[in-house]
Amino acid sequence: MSTLSENTIGQRSGRNGTLLGLAAAGAWALVAATTGLLPDVGDWPETENLAIAGAIIAVLLAASALLQRVSPALGRWLVDKSPWLIAIALFLSVWQLASAKLGWLPQPFFPPPQGIIEVFTYDYAELGISLVASAQLLIVGFIYGGVVGFIGGVALGWSQLAAYWIHPILRFVGPLPSTALLPIIFFAFPSSYSASIFLVALAVAFPMTVLTWSGIASVNPAYYDVARTLGASPLALVLKVAIPASLPYVFVGLFMALGAAFSSLMVAELLGVKAGLGFFIQWSQGWGSYNSVFTAVLVLALLCSFSITALFKIRGRVLSWQKGLVKW
Amino acid sequence: MVASALAQTSPETLARPSAGASLDIDNVSHAFNLDGSTLHVLDHVSFDVKPGEFVALLGPSGCGKSTLLRLIAGLEPPNAGALKVNGQTITGPDPSRVVVFQDPTLYPWRTVWRNVALGPEAQGKLKESRGRVDEAIDLVGLGQFSKAYPHQLSGGMAQRVALARALVNDPSILILDEPLGKLDSLTRLTMQSELVSLWQEKGFTAILVTHDVEEALFLSTRVIIFSNRPARIKADFEVDLPYPRHRGDPRLAELRHRSLAELGLDSTW
Ligand SMILES: Nc1ncnc2c1ncn2[C@@H]1O[C@H](COP(=O)(O)OP(=O)(O)OP(=O)(O)O)[C@@H](O)[C@H]1O
Ligand SMILES: [Mg+2]
Repeated sequence: MSTLSENTIGQRSGRNGTLLGLAAAGAWALVAATTGLLPDVGDWPETENLAIAGAIIAVLLAASALLQRVSPALGRWLVDKSPWLIAIALFLSVWQLASAKLGWLPQPFFPPPQGIIEVFTYDYAELGISLVASAQLLIVGFIYGGVVGFIGGVALGWSQLAAYWIHPILRFVGPLPSTALLPIIFFAFPSSYSASIFLVALAVAFPMTVLTWSGIASVNPAYYDVARTLGASPLALVLKVAIPASLPYVFVGLFMALGAAFSSLMVAELLGVKAGLGFFIQWSQGWGSYNSVFTAVLVLALLCSFSITALFKIRGRVLSWQKGLVKW
Repeated sequence: MVASALAQTSPETLARPSAGASLDIDNVSHAFNLDGSTLHVLDHVSFDVKPGEFVALLGPSGCGKSTLLRLIAGLEPPNAGALKVNGQTITGPDPSRVVVFQDPTLYPWRTVWRNVALGPEAQGKLKESRGRVDEAIDLVGLGQFSKAYPHQLSGGMAQRVALARALVNDPSILILDEPLGKLDSLTRLTMQSELVSLWQEKGFTAILVTHDVEEALFLSTRVIIFSNRPARIKADFEVDLPYPRHRGDPRLAELRHRSLAELGLDSTW
């Protein structure tokens, strides 16, 4: 009985896989056709390559659609991914038509997909250097700010003396947008690099401090009682009880801090340091190279998304003891 | 009066080699500050516990039993009076006096094994105590669950982990604050027998707070009954029955009647 129904489900998903796979192949053939068969309104060297790539994807999808009867894994993949593959292909086709073929989108402000590819193939070195520069600012600033914020938060939550000194400073400096300090920071620091690091770290430290502090403050006092009767020293209470118990809050702080770090990073790069994706965007705009602007924004989006994903992964590891974690 | 008469016929079971400590509670009073007004919780409480005794504390809810246990554990100093272990005044918590709290209070980020290991770890002797940790977990029957996290345990299992976490320190006084209060009645009866055999085997002094008169009588060698808040000692008598005890014993029923009378529940008999 159960095998029978499983079979029917298998067959149905098989038929769906074939249909969806063929539809996806068709959609990508449409990308190839719109790109390759119609004349461009401007001069884009990668048009032909994009058309070929679209055609290759279409062929591969069609082949998978036919082969998926042999490999159930492939079938499942098709059922799962085809809707998105179709949506992306339709989007690319419409974009292609509206920009390069019919000129509905004003050029050169809204380049076609091949305009973006062009930046990747010709300017990849520049783009890569900018990406590394941005990632470095982000990571170094995030680590400095995160460590300072974490230690500050633990101190605030734990020590009366630390709270006496840190709390007023936090209340005064914390809410100030770090970007407001920009001019001061850039002449106070020896290099625009260290100034940018400071700017990112400052933006990170505030949410980290506040949330670590909340985390420490909300630890169930019974946890301390148990640990004390078991012979824990004050240091052990901090390291083995307070900090692990407040980690869920610390991660909320890290997520908020990461968002703040992205904004500060852009401000630092647009206005100060002469490297990184933000700088690349501004510089390209100055030269009227709008396809570079779009490409850099795309790479930036990937960088931010990757950072968040990495943070979610780490959280999943560290907080594996928690029930009902949000999956990313 | 009856209490002293009973004391003379104290059962032989008490006279066994004991690793337990004596506990002297001398004129202890304690109060809390509640919204500016003073809440008197303990009122000149005095009693002495001999090494290896199993004392059950009974009393109305909110009278101050948990507060007294916190003082014995050394988590707070008393407002007045003194508490002594083996003649030494209690000044702070110590792993020789461990508490199993009303809630199991397991650390959710630690596995069962690491929860039980916290005591040795905090005292810096985890290396040589690994075997003891395993033993303690086996003792409460959770060997299979060493690697489980607290959220994967049932309420009764969590309570047993809390017990193992206390026992691994080899306490000379085991302080139990309604450790079985949240268990279903079947698990509860099993755990009661397990507690008795643990106590007989290890010889520690046990102080047990419970709401359950029958549980107090089934487990302990002595019962102390407190009044309403502020807690004062209303009755203090020995349970002169050998172990293993039988729940249907007429002597238990007699003592139960008496305890209920002291608690003001005579009419329910
Ligand atoms: N930290 C505290 N601050 C103020 N009041 C407290 C505090 N701890 C306990 N109390 C009060 O002291 C009284 C006695 O509390 P305690 O927890 O000792 O009662 P209990 O006898 O253990 O009750 P139960 O049997 O319900 O557990 C209660 O009225 C409680 O409100
Ligand atoms: Mg209580």
